[in-house]
Amino acid sequence: MPVLDVEKDLDRSTMTVTAEFAAPVERVWRLYADPRQLERHWGPPGWPATFVEHALVPGARSHYLMRGPDGEESHGVWNVVAVDEPRSFEVEDAFADAQGVPDESTGWIRMVATFEPVADGTRLVVVSTFRSAEQLRQMIDMGMEDGLRQAMGQIDGILAEDRATA
Amino acid sequence: MVVDAEPDQVEVDRIFHALADATRRDILARVVGREQSVSALARPYPMSLAAVQKHVGVLERAGLVGRTRVGREQQVHAVPERIRVARELLDRYEALWRHRVATMDRLLADDQQKEQ
Repeated sequence: MPVLDVEKDLDRSTMTVTAEFAAPVERVWRLYADPRQLERHWGPPGWPATFVEHALVPGARSHYLMRGPDGEESHGVWNVVAVDEPRSFEVEDAFADAQGVPDESTGWIRMVATFEPVADGTRLVVVSTFRSAEQLRQMIDMGMEDGLRQAMGQIDGILAEDRATA
Repeated sequence: MVVDAEPDQVEVDRIFHALADATRRDILARVVGREQSVSALARPYPMSLAAVQKHVGVLERAGLVGRTRVGREQQVHAVPERIRVARELLDRYEALWRHRVATMDRLLADDQQKEQ
C-alpha cells in the first residue's frame, strides 16, 4: 500500500497525505502535469474526470468535469499558483459551472504537492487546506461509497484509546 | 433521540468548530467512556470551572454531548451518533485520497508492464 500516512488537523483545517511510489520523481510528476494521466486518478470512485484545459504552469487555469453514475456532471477548476518542476506545485481547487466559472460561495481548497526522491522511488506529500466544513462535505458527497470508509480518524483514535482505558 | 445523518451546513460547521480545540476533544473522549459531572471533568485542567462549562456548552450546541441534572450536579454524556457524523466526514475525505493514491500507483505499475 503506497499510502504511508494521513494526518487530519482539525485546528488548521488541513489534511496531509504522504505516499511513496516505486517510480522516479519525473515520472510521478507527469501524473499531475499530463492532463490525460491526471484525469485518470483525480475523480472520486464512480466519477471519472476529464480535463478540458490543463497546464501545470504558474497563472494557468485548469478546467475539468466529472461524470457521475447517473450521467450528472460536476465541474471544477484549478488555479495554478506556483510550480517548481519537478519538486513542488501549488494549486487552488474549486467547484465551477459548466463554463468553468468558479463557485465562489463554496470557496477554494488549497493543495500543495511536494515530490522528493527516496531510495525506492518518490515520496509525495499533499497538503490540502479547506476553508469550511461545507467545502469538504460537497467534495466527499460525490461518489464516495460506504465500503471505502477507513476508520483511521483522529477522533476515532481518541475514542478507541478511551474505550481501551474505560 | 433521533439525529439526522445528513446535518445541514450550519450544523456541520458547529461540529468542526467544537472539535477544533484540544481541550474539547479531550472532554469528549472522556465522556465517551462514561458519563461525568462537569466538576469531575474540570479537575485535570488548569482552568476555571466556568471555562470548562463553556467548553461543554460548545460541545452541547454541536450536539456532541448532552447534559442532565442529577441532584445538584450536571452530568455530561456523549452523543455517539453525532460523533460518528463528524468522524465520517473526515474519514471519507481521507478515503477519497486513498483512492487517488491507489489509482496513481496502478498507473505507474502499468508503465512497467508495457516496458516488459
